[in-house]
Amino acid sequence: MLTVITLLTLGILLGFLLSNKEKIIGYVDQLTNWSIYLLLFLLGISVGVNEKIIKNFGEIGIKATILTAGAILGSVVISYFTYKLFLKK
Amino acid sequence: MKNSLIILTFFVFGIISGLFSLLPKFIFESDFGLYALYLLMFLVGIRIGSDITAWKIIKTVTVKIAVVPLSVIIGTLLGVGLFSFFIPSITLKESLAVGSGFGYYSLSSILITQISGETLGVIALFSNIFREIITLLATPIFAKYFGKLAPIASGGATSMDTTLPIITKFVGREYAIISVFSGTVLTILVPFLVTFILKV
Repeated sequence: MLTVITLLTLGILLGFLLSNKEKIIGYVDQLTNWSIYLLLFLLGISVGVNEKIIKNFGEIGIKATILTAGAILGSVVISYFTYKLFLKK
Repeated sequence: MKNSLIILTFFVFGIISGLFSLLPKFIFESDFGLYALYLLMFLVGIRIGSDITAWKIIKTVTVKIAVVPLSVIIGTLLGVGLFSFFIPSITLKESLAVGSGFGYYSLSSILITQISGETLGVIALFSNIFREIITLLATPIFAKYFGKLAPIASGGATSMDTTLPIITKFVGREYAIISVFSGTVLTILVPFLVTFILKV
């Protein structure tokens, strides 16, 4: 995963240099979208051939829901205190 | 919303072709996905670097506003950490990684799949899509009972784009900059935080 972080950082540096080349950035966005579609398609395939995941699909959904509830509740409650402490006039 | 539908469509088509073995085996036995991930990370980097407006926003806001994304991070990690005790089959680390998607479901699920496998990747995909959908639906309630930052917090990384219109509608335009700022910071942090949590 060091490769991932390295590529990300190299990208950021190159991005700084390309920041006023709107045409190139447009292509970058297009290519980004398509690589996301491709990767999600590939994730779908590996899910489809994985019996364990297919059998437990409902369970996976429940786990995801519990974690979402935690993430939203936690951030909403903390932001409530942040609002009271720092931003409310 | 439109984007999540496109992504889900690709995901579902993938599942169908996997289930019925519609594609030749070499596609998922090769390292194809890994190289696509490398490409994606490079592209995401370019986008982050080139987004001068994002950096300009970061420069203009006061230090005070930095507490907003910070509270979203702390709140999210505390929340998923606590709720992970309801799920015996998931470790604290795994749940923290899922939470660190902050609603950026495409990137976080792809990264998590690569590091921890498909099961956690799918949990991350669903959990982070739910975060966006719930924010879109519950913003009026959050704004009413938990203050003006609550919808921004709930939106996480999505508060800079997909959930921004609904957020500004219910907390006011004067919070648009805070919303974009918080979402931008979280979006940039997602790949670093997810990798860091799962690798440490």
